Amino acid sequence: MADIISTVEFNYSGELLATGDKGGRVVIFQREQESKNRPLSRGEYNVYSTFQSHEPEFDYLKSLEIEEKINKIRWLPQQNAAHFLLSTNDKTIKLWKISERDKRAEGYNLKDEDGRLRDPFRISTLRVPVLMPMDLMVEASPRRIFANAHTYHINSISVNSDHETYLSADDLRINLWHLEITDRSFNIVDIKPANMEELTEVITAAECHPHQCNVFVYSSSKGTIRLCDMRAAALCDRHSKFFEEPEDPSSRSFFSEIISSISDVKFSHSGRYMMTRDYLSVKVWDLNMENRPVETYQVHEYLRSKLCSLYENDCIFDKFECCWNGSDSAIMTGSYNNFFRMFDRNTRRDITLEASRENSKPRATLKPRKVCTGGKRKKDEISVDSLDFNKKILHTAWHPKENVIAVAATNNLYIFQDKMN
Amino acid sequence: ARRCASPAGDKMAGADGDDSLYPIAVLIDELRNEDVQLRLNSIKKLSTIALALGVERTRTELLPFLTDTIYDEDEVLLALAEQLGNFTMLVGGPEYVHCLLPPLESLATVEETVVRDKAVESLRKISHEHSPVDLEVHFEPLVKRLASGDWFTSRTSACGLFSVCYPRVSSTVKAEIRQHFRNLCSDDTPMVRRAAASKLGEFAKVLELEYVKSDIISLFTALASDEQDSVRLLAVEACVSIATLLPQEDLETLVMPTLRQAAEDKSWRVRYMVADKFSELQKAVGPEITKNDLVPAFQNLLKDCEAEVRAAAANKVKEFCENLPEDSRETIIMTHILPCVKCPEVRLNIISNLDCVNEVIGIRQLSQSLLPAIVELAEDAKWRVRLAIIEYMPLLAGQLGVEFFDEKLNSLCMAWLVDHVYAIREAATCNLTKLVEKFGAEWAQNTIVPKVLGMANDPNYLHRMTTLFCINALSEACGQEITTKHMLPVVLKMSNDQVANVRFNVAKSLQKIGPVLDSNCLQAEVKPVLEKLAADQDIDVKYFAQEAVSVLALA
Repeated sequence: MADIISTVEFNYSGELLATGDKGGRVVIFQREQESKNRPLSRGEYNVYSTFQSHEPEFDYLKSLEIEEKINKIRWLPQQNAAHFLLSTNDKTIKLWKISERDKRAEGYNLKDEDGRLRDPFRISTLRVPVLMPMDLMVEASPRRIFANAHTYHINSISVNSDHETYLSADDLRINLWHLEITDRSFNIVDIKPANMEELTEVITAAECHPHQCNVFVYSSSKGTIRLCDMRAAALCDRHSKFFEEPEDPSSRSFFSEIISSISDVKFSHSGRYMMTRDYLSVKVWDLNMENRPVETYQVHEYLRSKLCSLYENDCIFDKFECCWNGSDSAIMTGSYNNFFRMFDRNTRRDITLEASRENSKPRATLKPRKVCTGGKRKKDEISVDSLDFNKKILHTAWHPKENVIAVAATNNLYIFQDKMN
Repeated sequence: ARRCASPAGDKMAGADGDDSLYPIAVLIDELRNEDVQLRLNSIKKLSTIALALGVERTRTELLPFLTDTIYDEDEVLLALAEQLGNFTMLVGGPEYVHCLLPPLESLATVEETVVRDKAVESLRKISHEHSPVDLEVHFEPLVKRLASGDWFTSRTSACGLFSVCYPRVSSTVKAEIRQHFRNLCSDDTPMVRRAAASKLGEFAKVLELEYVKSDIISLFTALASDEQDSVRLLAVEACVSIATLLPQEDLETLVMPTLRQAAEDKSWRVRYMVADKFSELQKAVGPEITKNDLVPAFQNLLKDCEAEVRAAAANKVKEFCENLPEDSRETIIMTHILPCVKCPEVRLNIISNLDCVNEVIGIRQLSQSLLPAIVELAEDAKWRVRLAIIEYMPLLAGQLGVEFFDEKLNSLCMAWLVDHVYAIREAATCNLTKLVEKFGAEWAQNTIVPKVLGMANDPNYLHRMTTLFCINALSEACGQEITTKHMLPVVLKMSNDQVANVRFNVAKSLQKIGPVLDSNCLQAEVKPVLEKLAADQDIDVKYFAQEAVSVLALA
């Protein structure tokens, strides 16, 4: 019984794909090795491991339930035969080890082969167990639990390029952890005002720079991004860079601030750019230019005139993620009606695709979709008012090296690959 | 249902087993028990199992089994790694010690640092039992395999093994080892580079000096400029070891540029490491370089923009000053160190080492530079800081002399007597006693006694009580004359105080100073007052008065 998927993430090689869901479960898919026997199944993803990462808890002090929903999964770089990932709910981060076992020990001293106990006096020789092959078993075990460091809901985790620390962010604070130490974390950003009534802005996402171990960014509900340098000081309350696009006064409305809230921030693989997602658009920023983004892509501009009803049904608060492809030449993000959008940064071409069972058969090529914004609706187009706002694609992931994408549509996971020649 | 052992039955069946193997059989089976405590127990008794199996079966059966079952809890793997380090005899002695390498190699790739480190430790241990031939045939290939392994964990473990196999292998193999180490120092992964950096000093120690200068220095410089902060800060530690290996004349060119760079690194964590290792660095580079380079560097660290760095440097001030060469110590402290220190606790630290300073620096200079610090500390908002300076006051007073004290510090000592924190008032009282012991009763009579007695009229009863406590403390040091002529009248007068606490403390004071007074005085003046207090309305006053009467034998 599949639950709503709440996060999707490929590992560093792309061999593994992890999903987390609202029920606190993690499902890991592994790509099949290409083989000559089955040329058409070029690297399909099959279930590799499933485990319960988080359980619901009750905070007795505040009389609140802590949801088991997995907010984020981040993989660690592979350090030996096993795989490690961090998974987090609102309050607790866990480090999981996923390892394979393909051997089993056989041969007991005190038991016969059929399990009957032997007479101690009949033991005339000692038997050392021998390892025999067995069917592959994939085990997941929790190796570390990082708890009690966040008063507010954790929205992001990010592994540092030093491979020994990671950061976790909630609405008002960002903490730095060492992967081996669970009883302590360092608070590096704290934007909680002395008087909570003065609160105007919260942290919405945070990420470590892919190569520079001292740099991280965090985005806010007011559409700003701050870049901090951990070398400069132990506390990073003062940012090194502040990214904000000046507001266009002509498009100001009651909803301006809400739709400017950044729901996701991702560095490019090169480390030179970062991408932010707000309600209606995706922006690419050059880290060297703080006063405006270098590229802006409209995801679903046709919703701008519908903001009022989207506010009433709370959809305006949906948090969409975005991702880069391996070479940073393309970006992808989700929309409504199970649509997702891909933008080619070089050609400036964009495409809308749909993740749904009705409209695509396995191995068929996806047909581009189009939303009709007014006037005469062409055949195959869909009108704005017919969009199903319950079918949201919030979580997407792109394979780090190949053109394989994973799209989570509510409780279904879709994996699409580039056309084969 | 378990079959019961039946000795009669066995004899009849001609069984040739006895149950002496049973406990060992249990141990072996429990290696795979679901309960981790049982597994752990079996692993800890691995030597028992090995003894029972004998050396050959241990080599051919037990060790292969252990090599492949590294799916276990950390504590079990840790215990296993430790056991194997002591297994040489159990596998048949040094000629077979290399059989222990496969399971330890497995353990050296585990992701848990503590297990890996123990495996490396055991490998280092048994490396000494390898003959030079076995080192080249078995041990060094293992190190090479780990060093070129796919997993980060194997490569990090390799870093800890170079120094033990290097000394005893041939020069061709030595060259290979040096190459492997070089590769790991520039590995793609920060984890491996960190391991290499942390073993750099240890490896340098076993290398021939020419290679230290040619190889190690360039590796050290590269690691000290690594893009990862976590690697650079480990290079600082290596700096200490390397500096001790090189002759003095090479330090300036080979090590100092890197160290200077580290002390000014953009990352506060690297600067913190420099501050933290400062005393070791000082010892390693020697007095000349300390004077020319380390003193300015230390000044900068004491004034660093990041508080963590300042604190680390402040922690090292005392040790740094103590280890300065005697001839220049005072000058360096007074002109370079003290002015950089703003934090009261640190200044206190320096002041506490003043006994070496006293002779050389004049009082004027001392008072100019130290008095502000002392006054600041004396009035610090944190009472523990005030307490600390009070405790230094007798020492300071002795060093600075009575005139300086009277002029500058007397008022401070009196102010402490009326501090709002009890612990300060108490310490201040004790301080006065020590001062009287230092400067003498006459000084006391002229300077502090009048002020103490003046507090007897203070509207605050706590201050009036302080007068009594001071008198308690000072009477013996001041002597009979001062006590009788000046202190006793005040005490007696306070027996009429409105506050009961004051009155019962009068009784206690009289009990305390009684032994200093002569018997006439006791009978004529003390006894009537105590009798009056014994009839007081307050029951505590009555109690202490009666006690004083009996202790002083005035009844």
